[in-house]
Amino acid sequence: MNNKVTVENLNVHFGATHAVRDVSIDIPANSVTAIIGPSGCGKSTMLRAINRMHDLVPQARVAGKILLDGDDIYAKGTDPVAIRRRVGMVFQKPNPFPAMSIYDNVIAGYKLNGRLNKDEADELVESSLRRVALWDEVQDRLKRSAMELSGGQQQRLCIARTIAVKPEVILMDEPASALDPLSTLKIEELIEELKERYTIIIVTHNMQQAARVSDYTAFFYLGELIEWGGTKRIFTTPDKKQTEDYITGRFG
Amino acid sequence: MIAVNSLFGRKTKDRLMTALMAAATALVLLPLGMIFFHIVRMGIGSINLDFFIHIPQPTGEAGGGIANGMVGSFLLIVIASLIGLPIGILGAIYLADYGGGPTSTVIRFSADVLAGIPSIITGMVVYALLVVPLHGFSALAGAVALALIMIPIVLRTTEEQLKMVPITLREASLALGVPLWRTSLKVTLRSAMTGVMTGILLAIARIAGETAPLLFTALGNQFWSRKLTQPIAALPLQIFSFAIAPYEDWHRLAWGGALLLVVVMFGLSLAARYFGRIKH
Repeated sequence: MNNKVTVENLNVHFGATHAVRDVSIDIPANSVTAIIGPSGCGKSTMLRAINRMHDLVPQARVAGKILLDGDDIYAKGTDPVAIRRRVGMVFQKPNPFPAMSIYDNVIAGYKLNGRLNKDEADELVESSLRRVALWDEVQDRLKRSAMELSGGQQQRLCIARTIAVKPEVILMDEPASALDPLSTLKIEELIEELKERYTIIIVTHNMQQAARVSDYTAFFYLGELIEWGGTKRIFTTPDKKQTEDYITGRFG
Repeated sequence: MIAVNSLFGRKTKDRLMTALMAAATALVLLPLGMIFFHIVRMGIGSINLDFFIHIPQPTGEAGGGIANGMVGSFLLIVIASLIGLPIGILGAIYLADYGGGPTSTVIRFSADVLAGIPSIITGMVVYALLVVPLHGFSALAGAVALALIMIPIVLRTTEEQLKMVPITLREASLALGVPLWRTSLKVTLRSAMTGVMTGILLAIARIAGETAPLLFTALGNQFWSRKLTQPIAALPLQIFSFAIAPYEDWHRLAWGGALLLVVVMFGLSLAARYFGRIKH
């Protein structure tokens, strides 16, 4: 098995709070790994460590290793900006840039970083929007504001924006929790397709969703990784009592 | 009966309080109205074409205008903005996106103290730092003094506006592999631009009327200035020197200048409100 991301003894502190405790996990390439667990169990904190989003929080401290293709992303001299180009992120609430058009949102990663010639931009916008199945819905209003789209469309636009910069790993932080069931279904279908090209790590509150979309599942509780493995096994014959209690709805 | 009485009492009290508040509002507006009315009445007679295109006449000769003061004030504001706006805005970006430690607390406190320093003292400091070493009053020294007044205003208003930009927008940009400095300039600052413009306009309105910091720096000039290293005329300085002179003609110019200044400030405040209201 080819591991895209390997986490070794990861600890994250926020001031006095020990949010992620000594977590080690392997994330296989071209697969979907779901991180589940009750609120405040450290799953989002864990996810944000993988593209160094904690660098911006002064009181956050990250210790341990996260290997991306074998190289520690926290090694001295590693540029967090370069890491974030390889590890993209989709957030809980759709967050398109409000002052930009749909078109500009898709190529925002290029526009904000410099220039992109018109032909390349046109092609990238179309291919990215097609891949998130949004092209047919928006092709005749590409220059309109992204805020005119529905929540589900905005989230697919955010995914298009993320894949437009050609990342290797996509982190998703509860990407469907603010959406209606139909939009949720579309996002889930999209995740299924995206794993052919990308390695996907998704944090979700929704256990049915984890069971539907993921190949591997990791269960977090109180900052610790209780257990992880193939989704089917975790949901049918978990090793640990806590995992079983959580997935059968006894707590959480 | 008791219920009816207390209801009556409450309604009376309500009317009384409403009347008191209306009176207080009128009391606030009255001086503003009186100032405006008086300045228009005294100044309107001086406003003619000569007023805008001529410089003051030598004492005893009729006519003349304040063209050099208008241009001087404009130049001072432009140079002060060139110095003050980048410092204020970049400082605000530092406070909003980079700071967080004790450095930020020190910067904020210093800005608040700087904003509270009487402007005549700012003028004296610039006199000691620039006018004395360079052996002369100059437009540049005046602009530096005005910039010092501008910086804390722009810094604090811009910081407030930047902080109102949702953190999720910054994260969206960073997650696309955009460096923080580009994110600050192209996402955060741009999203906050209307509010930032309001702050800038209010800062300009503030320095447009400042007289004290220019007394020891720009000094004023009866004629056109050819170099920024020479003393330069400014509208508030002209109003001051014309008003204390014993000539009727100069008094008229002072009133006209005052009217012009008030109209400009009024326009800037209106523009600031306009910018404050428009949204994407």
